[in-house]
Amino acid sequence: MEPLTQRSLRDLRDAVRSGEVSAREVAQAHLNRIAEAEPSVSALLAVTADDALTQADAVDLARSRGDAIGALAGVPIALKDVICTRGVATTCGSRILSGWKPPYDATVTARLRAAGAVMLGKANCDEFAMGSSTENSAYGPTRNPWNLACVPGGSSGGSAAAVAVGEVAGSLGSDTGGSIRQPAALCGIVGLKPTYGRVSRFGLVAYASSLDQIGPMARSVEDAALLLDAIAGLDPLDATSVDAPPFRAESAMRGDIRGLRIGVPTEFMGDGVDGPVASAVRAAVEALCALGATAEECSLPTARHSLATYYILAPAEASSNLARYDGVRFGVRAAGGFGHAGMTEASREAGFGAETKQRILVGTYALSAGYYDAYYLQAQKVRTLIRRDFDAAFKRFDVLVTPTSPTVAFGIGERSDDPLAMKLADVCTLPANMAGIPGVSIPCGMDRGLPIGLQIMGRSFDEETTLRAAHAYEQATHWHTLRPEVAC
Amino acid sequence: MPLTLDDVRRVANLARLELTDDEAAVQLRRINELMERFESLRELDVEGIEPTAHSAPLHNVLREDAARPSLPRDEALSGAPDAREGCFAVPLILEAS
Repeated sequence: MEPLTQRSLRDLRDAVRSGEVSAREVAQAHLNRIAEAEPSVSALLAVTADDALTQADAVDLARSRGDAIGALAGVPIALKDVICTRGVATTCGSRILSGWKPPYDATVTARLRAAGAVMLGKANCDEFAMGSSTENSAYGPTRNPWNLACVPGGSSGGSAAAVAVGEVAGSLGSDTGGSIRQPAALCGIVGLKPTYGRVSRFGLVAYASSLDQIGPMARSVEDAALLLDAIAGLDPLDATSVDAPPFRAESAMRGDIRGLRIGVPTEFMGDGVDGPVASAVRAAVEALCALGATAEECSLPTARHSLATYYILAPAEASSNLARYDGVRFGVRAAGGFGHAGMTEASREAGFGAETKQRILVGTYALSAGYYDAYYLQAQKVRTLIRRDFDAAFKRFDVLVTPTSPTVAFGIGERSDDPLAMKLADVCTLPANMAGIPGVSIPCGMDRGLPIGLQIMGRSFDEETTLRAAHAYEQATHWHTLRPEVAC
Repeated sequence: MPLTLDDVRRVANLARLELTDDEAAVQLRRINELMERFESLRELDVEGIEPTAHSAPLHNVLREDAARPSLPRDEALSGAPDAREGCFAVPLILEAS
């Protein structure tokens, strides 16, 4: 029989519900897997074994009494360490929040708890979610389960690797420019960035507030959809959450894709995209067409400016959001300088890593007197043009298909000294954040033993069509069934 | 126009970052490498285009102005590096005379 740690989230949920296994057995099997795989992958910053077993026992007790149990009762999950967990350290991969225990849960944390999900740990990430490789974590890099010399992608690299090796059945990441989709692609799993406003950001430590969105990571489209179902919806604590028609995982998994109109933007299939990646994406489009969809090339002419637009807007927002780390209300205080200002400067100097400092500097510069119009306002206007490109494309197409990442996973350290090469890893995913639309990455091939990701983007709040296309493709191919052989 | 070391120092001060001399030099080089690639943005014609601040279909978000429980004081202070007498404690702002 398939080990518990290889079974799908849906399978585990059903097995706990039917009494085939107890929630405690599920939690313990995954804790054992964590003990086995962590020395190789370093996906987690904290393992909450005692809390997890307590939560699992509560599920088993409720079930034995015949009480109602939640939609995800007994399902083992991990949360990216930028998502607040009451009483459990939330470091954001930064020294400045070393040991900080939030006094409240993020809305997504509370909703998963209420659904009965069992949290096993907090997942590693680039500091404050700034990066594409998880190498910017102050607590060391996570390794790609397919090749331990390679990065898992980022910034949600720990969330991706933990799912890929079976430490958990699903996880949450956050995506500001591709930080869910790109690591999902590089680790061979499914990662969904929902529409901006679909999932509450309350308790997500802010990086770039107009772009950040929490989303699910799992080993199948259905599992990701079940997680989204549990966390989505209006939240009075996040004024940018939207009262949209609710997402229903079940209807997204039904129906076929006959007549689905697919656009293939040429800007993401040419220069800079590795040959095997482009070939795999073309083959995936053919597979979708064999299922009854139609495909046509199209253009998003302003999308090539997404990288520059992002690296003005995101740092600008970050420079403002990260002003709160002043050594007063939370986090680490360093001694130095004179008085309050000197303490603040010393704390920020000691607490932030190089990439975070770079983004604070770029953002502060772009917002400073004399440069605001030339950089920040200009980038906001270009963002409008990028959105209009998508609006025009979605008049003709139901979904747009591109590679998730132009290359498969690169070596640890390989791009550390070349900030631009690192940032190019997000070139295909950034535009969806600019436009606020949903995007999902699913496995669609292998190159030199490393997974390739297919990105499917849909209209705002149309996760249903986006995931239906992803699910149809997944069911027709075997890529999502491949597993890395880490510590097996 | 590339940034100078003075620009980096000025911006670092605005952002309350100390930066060692080595750090400032490395940041200057990296930021200029990035900004050079982003110059093309400034050449795009955006005449008459409205800026986008966020993509949510929202304008004013209102709620009832009703009192509700807030975070208890001791919990709000629980993460502070230094808290005394129910307050956040900070180093001196003015020198004692």
